[in-house]
Amino acid sequence: MLEQQTTSTTSLRSAEGACFHCGERCPDDRFVVEGKPFCCFGCQTVYWLLRENGLEQFYELNSMPGTRIRGASPAVKWVFLDDPAVQEKLFDYADKTQARVTLHLPAIHCVACVWLLENLFKLHPGIGHSQVNFTRHEATIAFAPQKIKFSELAALLASIGYEPELTLGEIDKAAPSPLQKKAWLQMGLAAFAFGNIMLMSLPVYFGLDAASGPWFKGFAGWIGILMALPVVTFSAGDFWTAAWLGLRQHMLTLEVPIVIGLTAIYITSMVDVFSHRGPGYSDSLCGLIFFLLCGRWFQKRTYARLTFDRDYKGFFPLSVVRKDSAGEASVAISQLNIGDRLILRNGELLPADARLIEGEAWIDYSFVTGESDPVSCQAGDHLYAGGRQVGGAIEVSTIKPVAQSYLAELWNNEAFSKKRDENADSLSNRYSRRFTKLVIGIALAAAAFWLFKDDTKALKVFTSVLIVACPCALALTAPLTHGAAQRILSRVGIFLKGPLVIERMAGVDTIVLDKTGTLTCADARGVEFAQTSGDLTDGEKNWIGSLARFSTHPNSVRIAKSLAFTASPVREFKEIPGFGIEGEVDDRRILIGSRSWLANRGAGMDLEAVATTSSAVAIDGKFRGTFVFENSLRPEVAQLISQLGNRFQLALLSGDNEHEAARFKTLFGGSTELRFNQSPADKLNFIRELQERGHKVMMVGDGLNDAGALRQSDVGVAVVEKIGIFSPASDIILDAAELPRLAKVLEFSRSAVKVVRAGFVISALYNIVGISIAAAGMLAPVVCAILMPLSSATVVTFTCGMTAWLGAGISRSCKADRAPSRETQSIHPAMPALEGA
Amino acid sequence: MSVIIILILASLGVGLLFLGAFIWSVRSGQYEDTVTPAMRILADEPAETFSETKSKDKST
Repeated sequence: MLEQQTTSTTSLRSAEGACFHCGERCPDDRFVVEGKPFCCFGCQTVYWLLRENGLEQFYELNSMPGTRIRGASPAVKWVFLDDPAVQEKLFDYADKTQARVTLHLPAIHCVACVWLLENLFKLHPGIGHSQVNFTRHEATIAFAPQKIKFSELAALLASIGYEPELTLGEIDKAAPSPLQKKAWLQMGLAAFAFGNIMLMSLPVYFGLDAASGPWFKGFAGWIGILMALPVVTFSAGDFWTAAWLGLRQHMLTLEVPIVIGLTAIYITSMVDVFSHRGPGYSDSLCGLIFFLLCGRWFQKRTYARLTFDRDYKGFFPLSVVRKDSAGEASVAISQLNIGDRLILRNGELLPADARLIEGEAWIDYSFVTGESDPVSCQAGDHLYAGGRQVGGAIEVSTIKPVAQSYLAELWNNEAFSKKRDENADSLSNRYSRRFTKLVIGIALAAAAFWLFKDDTKALKVFTSVLIVACPCALALTAPLTHGAAQRILSRVGIFLKGPLVIERMAGVDTIVLDKTGTLTCADARGVEFAQTSGDLTDGEKNWIGSLARFSTHPNSVRIAKSLAFTASPVREFKEIPGFGIEGEVDDRRILIGSRSWLANRGAGMDLEAVATTSSAVAIDGKFRGTFVFENSLRPEVAQLISQLGNRFQLALLSGDNEHEAARFKTLFGGSTELRFNQSPADKLNFIRELQERGHKVMMVGDGLNDAGALRQSDVGVAVVEKIGIFSPASDIILDAAELPRLAKVLEFSRSAVKVVRAGFVISALYNIVGISIAAAGMLAPVVCAILMPLSSATVVTFTCGMTAWLGAGISRSCKADRAPSRETQSIHPAMPALEGA
Repeated sequence: MSVIIILILASLGVGLLFLGAFIWSVRSGQYEDTVTPAMRILADEPAETFSETKSKDKST
């Protein structure tokens, strides 16, 4: 990690025009100190402040570690913090000479931040010890109130870029997560009991107790069941509740066989000890619980890291258009600051709470509230994050920081999950249902057999089978592998909605690709205007450009990019997906769209249909000409298609006409189904037909006019490129630059599922051995004590090792494939600024 | 052979002592933040004057 950071450091340092403090692009060279460029006066001031106080190491620990200082907030803003009533609420501790406060500083993001905040005392003599909790983004700071007022402390923090976020309303005051503490205690207790009981049982297993007489067995047994009691009740407590909840919903969840096993072992152990038959199985029991808890801990840690990445490290590769003095530019949403002016086009998502500045805002909050009727808003209105603009472009000013966590929540919202019950359908749940039934079946059959043969043994055999049948692998393999896989993929720029997407991805046999915006890319080159009535005048260019700029459709984007125009206001903007856009500019009615749509609207053509992608333009109901696009494929697409073609059935859908059929026919090969002139509904139906024929379909699209198809498919992949269209119905969000990696990702998902299956096979082998011994009535505690920990340990080691190995493989091959630039972006948000430079 | 009882009790006692220490450490919040200490150690050196050469040394 550190190594990666330092390598990225050198590459970034050399980059021209990036602010030395925050890494944003410098608009000019007004602020240059000692040869180091700064983007604004604020950043320069922070540099001076740190330099004067001997804190330059801040810039060594991470390059451009700062956050942009936007006109430091006035000191007046913090005055309310000197109110004793407020202080009482916020302070952890206070007396006359010193006070301690824990502040939430969302800007904490790297090693350098931790270092700077813990050296805060160097900036002001009134500040004492400070300590940072990185995961919680908090700093606990001690200070002397008579030397530095609390308001001054807050202002100081804000001035160096760490503005405290104060929630005075309901302060969840440093509630250290009791859940996590409980998890540690549960694990520690299980480990303690496991080790000690095992130690006690060893003499019995090795026959060393012969010398001390039979009382030793009884003694060891008693200690065992005593120590196992808190383990079964406290450490395994969560399994009991989960199993109970599952059963109440009539579901045979994974916890059910675990709980059955635990009960069987504990009761048998007690019976054995009370009746002086042996030392019982307490050691195996505690070992089993300990390994289960270990697995769960691994799993939790993976998910926690994943959430952290999502929330703070530019998880979503979404961009919005930001307007500043230098003009309009596309920036990643993780780069946004409060007060930024954004242009939202039709269908784009508000990444943060904002205030409407101008434009006809119709905000669709269906992602948030489920209510799909757009709400009309007036200038000055407060718009909420997650809303989607419908209609023309609007200009807003953000008033809250971007909450990536909020987007992640949206994505995982149940409303957008696939219709079927994924969870019940997952590999491990399918196996666990079979497993539970099979084990109970075998136990009953073996007991029945022994009833006839030797009825004293029947009960023992029944319980032995339940004891030895270890659901450990089932409980551990899948979550461990899926979590690790999801994290590995997120590191290479591929974001999965949930861990189970991996399984569905591995089952895919058909891949449907969208053409425009997915296989082809939108750039300004290759756009020509074909006409019969003269070139476009500057006025016409303005009208067309102003209208096209409002839409995020690749063709509109290309038109807007290719024209030099000054934007005029557009009224009554409408976008009809699959057809075109229309609106009124300078009292002229402009239509841009497909030829048939224009013809239906009464604008007759006097131009032959052309043999490429085109958008026809009509002004005031009169056909004016056609924009002709030369489609350029994304780099490496041909290679991707040949890789995918070997393994999968492919299909291509396009809203365009057939003019490019020949080209794509050669690209895809003869047998591939290519469909042109597809409306969004056609695409959806096509996917549904494939599914009805029993195919598992992956749909790869840009989410613009194939949102329905993405949702219908088994795995929907949204390819995004510098736009703010967010399709919650997709399962995977893929940065357009990563598209060529799709074949490798699919390969990886299959390998991951193979790991899960291999884990199941390993556990099946152990179970066959164990159950055979148990059914034969020969299960001794010592067999259990060896078999159970061994099987759990093998499975955990195997899955963790294999996923790590697979992960290293895919990271390496992805890195080798592409320029190192994307790697740095996830670590440091400075890159998009450089892309523009 | 009954001396083994004493040994077992002694070993259990030691074990319980450590269990107690573990419970105390969890309760006192030492497991709350396992990330920051790892980062802190990277920067645990006195602040010195910034020099380009030094950062180059570090990156190799």
